[in-house]
Amino acid sequence: MSENYTKPIPEPSIDSQPFWDALNEGRLVFQACGDCGKLRHYPRPICDECYSDHVEWKTSNGKGVIYSWTETHHPFHIGFRGETPYILVTAEFDGGVRIQTQLLDAKVEDLKIGMHVEVVLTKATEDLTLPLLRLA
Amino acid sequence: MGNTLNGKAAVSGIGETVYSRGTDKSSIGLMLEASLKAIADAGLQPRDIDGVIPYALGPVAEEIMTGLGLDDVKFSAQTPMGGASAVAALQAATMAIAAGVCRHVLLVLGRRGYSDSRVATRLAAMPQFRLVGEFENPVGAIAPAQLYAPMARRHMEMFGTTTDQFAEIALAMREHAMLNDNAIMQKPMTLDDYYSARMISDPFRLFDCSLESDGACAVIVSDAEIAKDTRAPVTILGVAEGHPSSPSTITQRKDMTTLGLANAAPRAFEMAGVKHQDINVAQIYDCFTYTVICELEDLGFCKKGEGGQFVEGGRIRLGGELPVNTHGGLLSQAHIAGMNHVYELVRQLRGEGGRAQVKDANIGLVTGYGDLGDGSIAIMQGVA
Repeated sequence: MSENYTKPIPEPSIDSQPFWDALNEGRLVFQACGDCGKLRHYPRPICDECYSDHVEWKTSNGKGVIYSWTETHHPFHIGFRGETPYILVTAEFDGGVRIQTQLLDAKVEDLKIGMHVEVVLTKATEDLTLPLLRLA
Repeated sequence: MGNTLNGKAAVSGIGETVYSRGTDKSSIGLMLEASLKAIADAGLQPRDIDGVIPYALGPVAEEIMTGLGLDDVKFSAQTPMGGASAVAALQAATMAIAAGVCRHVLLVLGRRGYSDSRVATRLAAMPQFRLVGEFENPVGAIAPAQLYAPMARRHMEMFGTTTDQFAEIALAMREHAMLNDNAIMQKPMTLDDYYSARMISDPFRLFDCSLESDGACAVIVSDAEIAKDTRAPVTILGVAEGHPSSPSTITQRKDMTTLGLANAAPRAFEMAGVKHQDINVAQIYDCFTYTVICELEDLGFCKKGEGGQFVEGGRIRLGGELPVNTHGGLLSQAHIAGMNHVYELVRQLRGEGGRAQVKDANIGLVTGYGDLGDGSIAIMQGVA
């Protein structure tokens, strides 16, 4: 891990470790119920629809649509000083799961609900790959 | 069925410290000071307290008991829902009283929200924000302003809500704070001031965000029969808590513009047996300007999407149809996580609101909102 990396680093749980491992392998994955097939995020032990604990990991095509956004001007963490302003988008993927993450190379005044975005897997450290977004 | 808690309990005493930005007192010191004031206000002795509900962050119930020399408390609890905690604690206290376990329950909330770790950035340390910490902090979504801003943006895009409407809330709270000697913000605010303040996380500018404050506030909830003999009891007619879908993250919520309050409010109104037009004054949890709009809708004062228009035209200012946050709120009085809202509702319904008194206020409500979506509400009535 880079000693100079000052941003927060996720602490994966037993349930979420496969999500982070897959990102490092170049795939965005979401949990799907092994019985009823319902997608869910963030990772958790059982299906909230049928309560099955059978978990499958489905690789996403990385294509989503904008659900909402904010452009941050105040750095709330030392690791983001000098990087403001940056855009955080809440993006919805097939099956209704969403992520909130940074949208790269965009202007906030251009954004609209429903615009297409795609995931850009971005290596933050040797051990950490983050799913960021750009306009599709 | 819906009326089980109506009239069982009353607020018999309230107390608050000076609210400030900077203090040389400890959190427990502030909490004990506010507690003693509330106990005295109720005409009780500390040893009359037989239930204790402190805020879920900070000094625990045992420290309150030790500090007040309480040797035989029968019930303690926490209602860990962030800003919804204070009003949810009213429900817990009322239940303990209705069950016959307690006679006088002390609710106390104190913090060094300015002097210690700042409210805006300490989320990661709190277990209820575990998922935010793991998935959203690493990409730069750190603070409440950044997590709540997408809710506001979604509301603006879906319903045409405007920043002018946010500004009206900030200006109204400031106007009310200037009538309150224990409000931190005493300088007038103009629309120009609002728009020229720096952007925090779009659409939230500086004055869309609540304060970070030091201070404590305490409330005594008593058995309604016993409270009749106190100086100025305020009866709890309806009380409820509610949780949204996906309470642990906003990102996954089915509808980002609906909060747990939408589940709680109908229960509280039914329990209270009152209608919206009966409400003379409302203390609405205002961690951000936008949340007031969303809560007014979830409370049922208007339809979803109409909250922005609802706050226009002076309706929520003193003298308006529904005065909101007559103490100045979290935005301009102090951020005491909503216990100050309970205090203010009681003050109003006693007719002790001073320069901010709503004329003939008899029935009012107070809400809480916190931990990304939990909600709470109490409807109360003063002595007619």
